[in-house]
Amino acid sequence: MNPVIANDIRKHYGNVQALQGISFEAKPGEIFGIIGPDGAGKTSLFRIMTTLILPDSGSCLVGGFDVVKEYKEIRRRVGYMPGRFSLYQDMSVEENLSFFASVFGTTIEENYHLIADIYKQIEPFKTRRAGKLSGGMKQKLALCCALIHKPDVLFLDEPTTGVDPVSRKEFWEMLKRLKTEGITMIVSTPYMDEARLCDRIALIKDGRFMSINTPDNIVADFKVPLWAAKSGQMYRLLNDLREYPETDNCYVSGEYHHFTARTNDFDPEKLTQYLRAKGHEPEIKRIEATIEDCYMYLARK
Amino acid sequence: MDDVVIYTKELTKQFGTFTAVDHISFDVHKGEIFGFLGANGAGKTTAMRMLCGLSIPTSGVGNVAGFDIATQQEDIKKRIGYMSQKFSLYEDLKVWENIRLYAGIYGMKTDEIERKTNLLLDKLHFTKERNALVRSLPLGWKQKLAFSVSIFHEPKIVFLDEPTGGVDPETRRQFWEMIYEAADRGITVFVTTHYMDEAEYCNRVSIMVDGRIDALDTPSRLKQRFNAQSMDQVFRRLARKAERSE
Repeated sequence: MNPVIANDIRKHYGNVQALQGISFEAKPGEIFGIIGPDGAGKTSLFRIMTTLILPDSGSCLVGGFDVVKEYKEIRRRVGYMPGRFSLYQDMSVEENLSFFASVFGTTIEENYHLIADIYKQIEPFKTRRAGKLSGGMKQKLALCCALIHKPDVLFLDEPTTGVDPVSRKEFWEMLKRLKTEGITMIVSTPYMDEARLCDRIALIKDGRFMSINTPDNIVADFKVPLWAAKSGQMYRLLNDLREYPETDNCYVSGEYHHFTARTNDFDPEKLTQYLRAKGHEPEIKRIEATIEDCYMYLARK
Repeated sequence: MDDVVIYTKELTKQFGTFTAVDHISFDVHKGEIFGFLGANGAGKTTAMRMLCGLSIPTSGVGNVAGFDIATQQEDIKKRIGYMSQKFSLYEDLKVWENIRLYAGIYGMKTDEIERKTNLLLDKLHFTKERNALVRSLPLGWKQKLAFSVSIFHEPKIVFLDEPTGGVDPETRRQFWEMIYEAADRGITVFVTTHYMDEAEYCNRVSIMVDGRIDALDTPSRLKQRFNAQSMDQVFRRLARKAERSE
């Protein structure tokens, strides 16, 4: 049986429909990413899966147990790293860790092998109060505390938000190592580039999953040819591209603007001439869609 | 060049024995989008505070919008705009009240504020939200409004301190389009960000490591030089050797 099975989960707060029918299954030992912006429903879904709030309707099994009727069983078996730092600020690194171990009836020694790689990095500061740690170290401690009882499923709600790119990269390397221990991980993130590090991802918008697939397949589902253009005058290029009759959708995307064409026989040479006449010295090329391109494509459909 | 709007030479800030900003030298030109990157604790915020006239350098020279950062801070403050994700607008004030407040602080005349407010709300399609409390707006709308407010008094330079985050890709792109438009009008944009993909939008970027500027160039040349696919890789290669963190 799959470690997480969600079926048509719905949740509302007042007039806000936070979750509008979420269904998915996470497979044993996979990293399942839930990717989308703030307000899309990621945290509500995590709180339901971790038995902290009740869904309005639908069902969810975690480790084979029902999130409503058998919440106590689930709490013993899952680890949860919430988006906001929620350890005891006034307790030391070591005290936090042994506290979480004792709550779950275990000891730091018993499962030390699971956290050793991560804990070694913060062990030199084990007498420091958690509130005095840097962002990257807090994140590592929170991960250790969520792991110390050897959970079957680990829920990580935006673990890398606000963390700099170097620490983000290190964090994902830690998750990959945990994968080899057979722990199933559900991770949410607003960073689309992190999608590539998951085995499968769900793209979430307004409480709905727009797509669930491997990152490669999500990109392969972007069926329309995608083009990129740049010149020395990026703002004018954007306006000129949008005025070009064959342009369908055009948006800024970093160093290049991305655009799709209305017709299949789009001729980049003709566009180059048109842009030259407008005073650009353009570079135009075919590109493969990124996860962001896919997200926007699905969001518009 | 006469279009230099930010200029620093060996700019340094020490707190006791700690050198937060260590002899940095760079120029930013009119209408340029300049990315100011660095890991937590690299010294970005300290450097930016000096450029905004909020902190006096220990040594070195800096000039912003034609004024000296050590002696003419009040002249600088009048000519710059500032926006950060953490704090920009008053949540308990209405949309129009926020605009009115900031425009008033920068000394704009009442009738001009009224006229420009209408134009702005129309352009943002916010006319219906004129009387809405800022706290009730979605995050993406807040960011767009905060940016518009920061350039409402037509500053020479706008400082954006980690302006975006948490919004969907479409909204983030609308935000960057607004930045492009402002730069096209001649407003210089100085932006710090944690999102390395956002660095790719900048004309040039500098990367701070341990208080120093370790790299400064266009994103495409930096990627070439570090043989990297993305700015994320460039950043990681440089930042990995950092010795200090926040």
